Amino acid sequence: MPSKKDLLDLQFIDARHMLINLAAFLDRIDRHQGDDDYRYAALKNALPLLLTDRPDRARAVLESFSDHSLEVSDSAPFQGAFGAALPERKLMVEG
Amino acid sequence: MKYIEPHGHMVSRTTDDYEKLALSGCEAICEPAFWAGFDRSSADGFYDYFRQLTEYEPKRAAKYGIKHYCWLCINPKEADDPGFAREVMSLIPQFLDCPTVLGIGEIGLNKNTRNELRIFEEHVQLALDRDLPILIHTPHLEDKLKGTRLILDSLASFSKLDRGKVIIDHVEEHTISHVLDAGYWAGMTLYPESKCTPHRAIDMLEIYGTDRLWMNSACDWGHSDPLAVPKCALEMKRRNHTPEDIEKIVYQNPRKFLSQSPRFTE
Repeated sequence: MPSKKDLLDLQFIDARHMLINLAAFLDRIDRHQGDDDYRYAALKNALPLLLTDRPDRARAVLESFSDHSLEVSDSAPFQGAFGAALPERKLMVEG
Repeated sequence: MKYIEPHGHMVSRTTDDYEKLALSGCEAICEPAFWAGFDRSSADGFYDYFRQLTEYEPKRAAKYGIKHYCWLCINPKEADDPGFAREVMSLIPQFLDCPTVLGIGEIGLNKNTRNELRIFEEHVQLALDRDLPILIHTPHLEDKLKGTRLILDSLASFSKLDRGKVIIDHVEEHTISHVLDAGYWAGMTLYPESKCTPHRAIDMLEIYGTDRLWMNSACDWGHSDPLAVPKCALEMKRRNHTPEDIEKIVYQNPRKFLSQSPRFTE
């Protein structure tokens, strides 16, 4: 297995690139007109997870974007997935 | 390096892609029935699709020395109308004896509805009745965790199911342990934007080991890369994984799972 130094040599520039891209995305959303939506809130909600010391940050971020509701509807009210659970799904969890 | 692409939707790919796969060492490709990017308006559309999977694609692949196999079902996205889904399912038995059909798949859930679950369970029963392996699709993005849990709960109700003959695909960091802990095989899909990157897939191999896991490109009509598996193998090499471990994940593991179908002869 590679060492920490090996991984930094292999992937640091890529990780730096992705982080700057994310920072620029947040700036871009803030700079432009109109309202953001639940997806932007979900993204910002996940960011603090990156600064925790837990060994499974990727899992935690995926779980934070997930629909945790328990009810199952008969048929789909809409098709497609958008990357973050709709706010009403979130409320069901918190409520 | 020889490898098996265990999940690719070649009906959506060009003949040039077959050439690229052959040049990169692909020995066999397996194509699950899926949603082709738009809803089909009649069961006849599926009849033609099943003929394409069982007759045309094997010939197209053979021109490049690649064996082509397929899995049959109505995909979960088009299974939310049970009447329509059952009409399509009634077509499947006549294709199950075709020499390149491996099993039932990719069944599963899309928006996690009761209708989808009913049709999923009817497919599982069909596979059990015929003693066929099963390939399961898990939902996209925010629906994956809930869908994976629903699928696992549903499968647990089939007491005669051999979990070693079931692969649950498109796992990510938040679902992989659920699948492996329950005794099923797990598939990691390498996509440019959603599902897994090569880095993350290799992370999961390092954490969970290489048993009951495979990697696939699931290349289709969307943003995907038919060479994702050999590219990930190269990344494994860069991360000091041994040639034996690389061969196990890209060739031996899919061969082991797929050989549970007597039709698979790689």
